[in-house]
Amino acid sequence: MAVRRFDIDAGGDTFAFKPETEPKIEFWLAKYPADKKRSGVIPLLWLAQKDNDGWLSEPAMREVADRLEMPYIRVYEVATFYTMFRLQPVGRYHVQLCGTTPCMLRGANDLKEVCESKIGPKMFVTDDGKLSWEEVECLGACVNAPMVQINDDYFEDLTEESFGELIDRLRNGADVSPGPQVDRVNSAPIGGTTVLTDETLFDGSLAKSITLPNLPGALAAAEAEPEAKALPEKKPATNTDREEAKPSGKTGSKNKEADE
Amino acid sequence: MLADKDRIFTNLYGRHSPGLEAAKQRGAWNMTREMLEQEPDWICDQIKASGLRGRGGAGFPTGLKWTFMPKEVRERPHYLVVNADESEPGTCKDREIMRHDPHLLIEGCMVASRAMRAHECYVYLRGEYIAERHALEAAVKEAYEAKLIGKDNVNGWDFDLYVHHGAGAYICGEETALLESLEGKKGQPRLKPPFPANAGLYGCPTTVNNVESIAVAPTILRRGAEWFAGFGRPNNTGTKLFCVSGHVNTPCNVEEEMSITFRELIDTHCGGIRGGWDNLKAVIPGGSSVPMVPAEQIIDAYMDFDTLRDLKSGLGTAAVIVMDQSTDLIKAIARIAYFYKHESCGQCTPCREGTGWMWRVLERMAKGEAQHEEIDLLLDVAGQVEGHTICALGDAAAWPVQGLIRHFRHEIEERINEYRLPRAMTQGAVVAAE
Repeated sequence: MAVRRFDIDAGGDTFAFKPETEPKIEFWLAKYPADKKRSGVIPLLWLAQKDNDGWLSEPAMREVADRLEMPYIRVYEVATFYTMFRLQPVGRYHVQLCGTTPCMLRGANDLKEVCESKIGPKMFVTDDGKLSWEEVECLGACVNAPMVQINDDYFEDLTEESFGELIDRLRNGADVSPGPQVDRVNSAPIGGTTVLTDETLFDGSLAKSITLPNLPGALAAAEAEPEAKALPEKKPATNTDREEAKPSGKTGSKNKEADE
Repeated sequence: MLADKDRIFTNLYGRHSPGLEAAKQRGAWNMTREMLEQEPDWICDQIKASGLRGRGGAGFPTGLKWTFMPKEVRERPHYLVVNADESEPGTCKDREIMRHDPHLLIEGCMVASRAMRAHECYVYLRGEYIAERHALEAAVKEAYEAKLIGKDNVNGWDFDLYVHHGAGAYICGEETALLESLEGKKGQPRLKPPFPANAGLYGCPTTVNNVESIAVAPTILRRGAEWFAGFGRPNNTGTKLFCVSGHVNTPCNVEEEMSITFRELIDTHCGGIRGGWDNLKAVIPGGSSVPMVPAEQIIDAYMDFDTLRDLKSGLGTAAVIVMDQSTDLIKAIARIAYFYKHESCGQCTPCREGTGWMWRVLERMAKGEAQHEEIDLLLDVAGQVEGHTICALGDAAAWPVQGLIRHFRHEIEERINEYRLPRAMTQGAVVAAE
């Protein structure tokens, strides 16, 4: 587990939500039952972090606790448990670099060197206050590895060069565009794909009214067989007996939609 | 290859709008009212008949899980909670559903809620998925405005959906930790029993399902259980989103038929292995938690629950991490061990202490700075973490280490020997000089 402590000195004594955040607080608290306001602690800490230059000071945690009528210690517990709550000041652009194995296999360690040379050690804030970085665990964009998250946005398919350039642009206040940094559509393979090209998927033919298959009474007989399927008696086959015929996708043609 | 007409997630790559109108054109929200008019038992039976197994990693039959909810709603309301805390290294499929096909998920939530007699649903996203959260919130808003969900909606089943988010804790993907987190606490798993179906969110009957399991449900009902069951091999049916990362030429997400062979999956969609098939060393077939499988065993294996289980691994979330001959496997697993050390919630001693211990030993082994006996010691410690914790994180931390030693013990031994070789000579020289 990660041991995390808060920075008491840097936080000052007071914190107040910005006026424009108030509707957001209401939006979040409306989601939970009236007597379970405490459920809103993570979203509220999140908003507090946004209003406090990207990190959580101790007064900010107390403010959240007061709003939710929670003991302070319960909010401290939450703030120190979840690693996206940052307990010390960060730069205006905080780079979270994914270093877990799928990104590591595709060069995340090279990106770390870029961070070290262009920004400095982990959690160090540059003198102009613009940049800081840390290594985080899997950010869930593994097919676009290596990647980083900068504030709210994902920047994917990075190389040392494109990442270095990205950091320079942020430092100079230039525009950056999130998403894959190579010629690629989201998580589709580079160079395009042959799947999802069938125009009938998108021309509205799937929106036509149909009769639902297997409605009660209509197919009483069909129900007995799938029951058996859910609990097979037969020992499942292994890869050693792959000679057996593999069921093909043809069964789909029994379906109404496919016939249309 | 799966035909386009049989794909469920037709906007996987976001080449079309995720908005309501476009989603309806692609077939979402079609005949939803008719589905919801049926008895919950009919929905559960259809999902059971389709053979759908949970897509979050464990592969438990989804329809069966839904039937565990009480048959009558008493004083406590029922809840559906959707687990969108996708943090298993290698996995990035739910993200695509939420940002590109959110209406399939919302519709699925409604159908599943009907099946378990719930009127409220929470979707718990991981904190990092901010763009995805905004996309999903926008879709929820559209659905409310079109009166597809909410009170007195056109589908005839009162239903409220709320999007909640976490803040960067892998453990919140464990269902009871997720519920704790949703209640505003630290995400530490609960002891079971009681199971969530009896006492879950706020002590009420709750079912927690993965995004993909929920999002495929409406399409299964629309096209028929036997359509879905027609893909894959018995007990491993349906279509599945695969996330192929690592050393392939074109990593990507793709929806494919279950039980596709590894070779076909890679050749058809990922442009082959980097440097050719001979360059393949090992594959982690289901996210970082499952043990690796060496090249010769995986190449022609079916990518499904049972085949991979027989290979002493697992399909998990179908996050395929491919590693070629250039990979330092010990380092790769050491990095995974660090991940588990970082993400252990600290509640159970074997996991809290064991994950850190395993990581430190593996880091030394990656350099070769270890004793040969320590390999067996590491295996022993991994065995003592496995199965001795409240949740499965302890198991998940132990399995990759066990997989490494099972298949690549010789590499660790060679590394240790290499490290010792020059040292022994130097020491020998020093001794001789004295």
